[in-house]
Amino acid sequence: MTDFGFKLSKSSTIDLSRVELDRFEELCRQEPGAKVCIGCGSCTASCPAGRLSGMSVRKVLLGLQRGQKVNDMLQCCMLCGKCTMVCPRGINTRNLILTICRIYD
Amino acid sequence: MTERFNDSFHPFVIPFLAGMAFVITVCLIKAVVVVFQMESGERRRYLLSLLKPNIIVKNIYDIIVDCLLHVRLWKRNRMLGFMHSSIAFGWFMIILLGHIQVLLYCPDRISTFYYPIFFDWFIEGGQHTLISILLDLFLYVILAGIALAIVKRFYSRLFGMRRTTRPTLLNVIGLYSLWAIFPLRFIAEQCARSGNLTLAPWWAYSIALCVFMCVLPFSRYLHIPAEMMLVTMRNAHITISRPGKGIARVQTDSCPNCGVCIDACPMNADPANLKDSTVYLTRQIRRHNDRRVGQISDKCMLCGKCTSVCQVGVDGPKLRILARAARKYNIGPDFSNVRPDVPKSSGKILYFGGCMSQLTPLIGRSIESVLKKSGVEYKWMDRDGGLCCGRPLHTAGRLKEARELVLRNQEAILASGAHTLLVSCPICYREFKERYVLPGISVIHYADFMIELIQSGSIGLKEKSDICYVYHDPCELGRGCGMYETPRRLIAQAAGIAEAPKNRTESVCCGGSLGSLSLDFAHREKITRASLQNLYDSGADAIATACPLCQATFSRYSDRPVKDLAQIIDEQTVAVIDNSRRRETGCDIEGATLAKIGN
Repeated sequence: MTDFGFKLSKSSTIDLSRVELDRFEELCRQEPGAKVCIGCGSCTASCPAGRLSGMSVRKVLLGLQRGQKVNDMLQCCMLCGKCTMVCPRGINTRNLILTICRIYD
Repeated sequence: MTERFNDSFHPFVIPFLAGMAFVITVCLIKAVVVVFQMESGERRRYLLSLLKPNIIVKNIYDIIVDCLLHVRLWKRNRMLGFMHSSIAFGWFMIILLGHIQVLLYCPDRISTFYYPIFFDWFIEGGQHTLISILLDLFLYVILAGIALAIVKRFYSRLFGMRRTTRPTLLNVIGLYSLWAIFPLRFIAEQCARSGNLTLAPWWAYSIALCVFMCVLPFSRYLHIPAEMMLVTMRNAHITISRPGKGIARVQTDSCPNCGVCIDACPMNADPANLKDSTVYLTRQIRRHNDRRVGQISDKCMLCGKCTSVCQVGVDGPKLRILARAARKYNIGPDFSNVRPDVPKSSGKILYFGGCMSQLTPLIGRSIESVLKKSGVEYKWMDRDGGLCCGRPLHTAGRLKEARELVLRNQEAILASGAHTLLVSCPICYREFKERYVLPGISVIHYADFMIELIQSGSIGLKEKSDICYVYHDPCELGRGCGMYETPRRLIAQAAGIAEAPKNRTESVCCGGSLGSLSLDFAHREKITRASLQNLYDSGADAIATACPLCQATFSRYSDRPVKDLAQIIDEQTVAVIDNSRRRETGCDIEGATLAKIGN
């Protein structure tokens, strides 16, 4: 193969066809807001628990979409509801978190 | 007065006797089950309270006032009050007078306890005594009540009720048999008195009684015995602790399905939520329909308005929190490693803004400004973020986790050494009042604090503003903590004040409440707009409230300014004297006065 001085690196994205997304589908069914998220991070920016524990709803949701395990991040959520108030997409973030806590383990 | 027959029995009394035996057995079993399901300590307390003379007197008084005369319903709606009390009190009087009649005129038959019910069949010529006239009078009163009930069933708007419940089949059977009892009694009595001894009306009367009593334990009419039990439990200060057990069960059984809570519920601004009022919650709990109980419980905003209008005292929000708490979660929060950093503030005021105030920084800034003007020494506990008070977790039914959060905060506040905890968010204030144990620290809301500052002359008022405010009672501050007048007095000192048509205990939730788990933004808009309309109806120029959440929610849709109480007071006050002179003059708010407000 000709050496161009650079090469195509292997894709770092996750192959979604190999990820088990049953529980994420269930999450979207119970809280349709999970599909509406644009990942702006307003929730994370306003989160009081994030300051104490590094919790980030945005990361959690992104991880779940990719089938990664990030659920223990929610262990410091105080359900204070600030994320719900600031969400530009009007997602009911508290219900999203509670539903994640119910479905995943 | 003579007996018509030698035999004191006729087969038509059998349906009545069977119905009576059935209803008494079932209700007794239900009562025993409820008492056994209570926690042992509560059970003891309840049973002992039934023996105390002062509580017995109170129980009897409350049962007469609430269950027979329906005084609370009279105060709310006279037509409904007359309808219910005429049937309940009239029926009671007919039973009572009937027994007195038997006791007076044929005392040897008093043990035959169907005699008072079918008196005119067995006894001839009893119609001209005083008791008989009274009995007829009460029967006419009941008939009038039933006529009203029939009208109300089909035209509830005439009674000021926009909406009423849709009865289930058993309720309809109970309803029609109840309507039938008294006209049938009337016909039967008139026939017997005129010497016409046809059996048909007596059979019909007895069967109507039987049907009603057989349906009673499984329909809304169970509220008749349950309400009496609820009164005794309330007087024994039993609180709701377990879902579907003990007093929670008595409360669901006491719901008469009157539907007053449907019109009251702020969620019903959106017709999609019509089936989520407390009356439907109790109905679904009784049917063990867990799916619907879950949906109804999750949707409610826990504003508490249904409880404040409820005639029997069903605590809708508590029943819902219990239903939420029964749910299983795989992931549970763990706050054991979380420590809020609270500034040392011995001998000072500690100000707790709460999470919401972070999103409405103007409130915190205004409070800080007032504190500075008054020269009071203070520390802001969570200026750069802190722990949540625990109320949102508590309302979401995660009681254990909420408890843990409360303990974390409690330790930190006690360690700070402050003498007063100043709170600006009513959601936090309620939690602090209800669940925190803070010995030596007085928890005060800023409305109380500011009015004391003004009265003691620590801050001066500017000339009264010519803006007219309408005060919106936040659910948690008004119905939650019972604070209605202080904020109004405070506004009245700084500016003009108007009243909304629905205010105080009947204030309409802003729709932003954290109590609801499943309502999302789109579905809250109608609720907020309806609540705003109620405030606009006062004709005020601006809206004042005392809750950061209400303020944020209203600001989104309001066509006029929405201000927090703290902002108004900050704008309308000035510092009186500088701090050095304050100490000389002895105008010092901190010591004596604050202790007074806290208590």
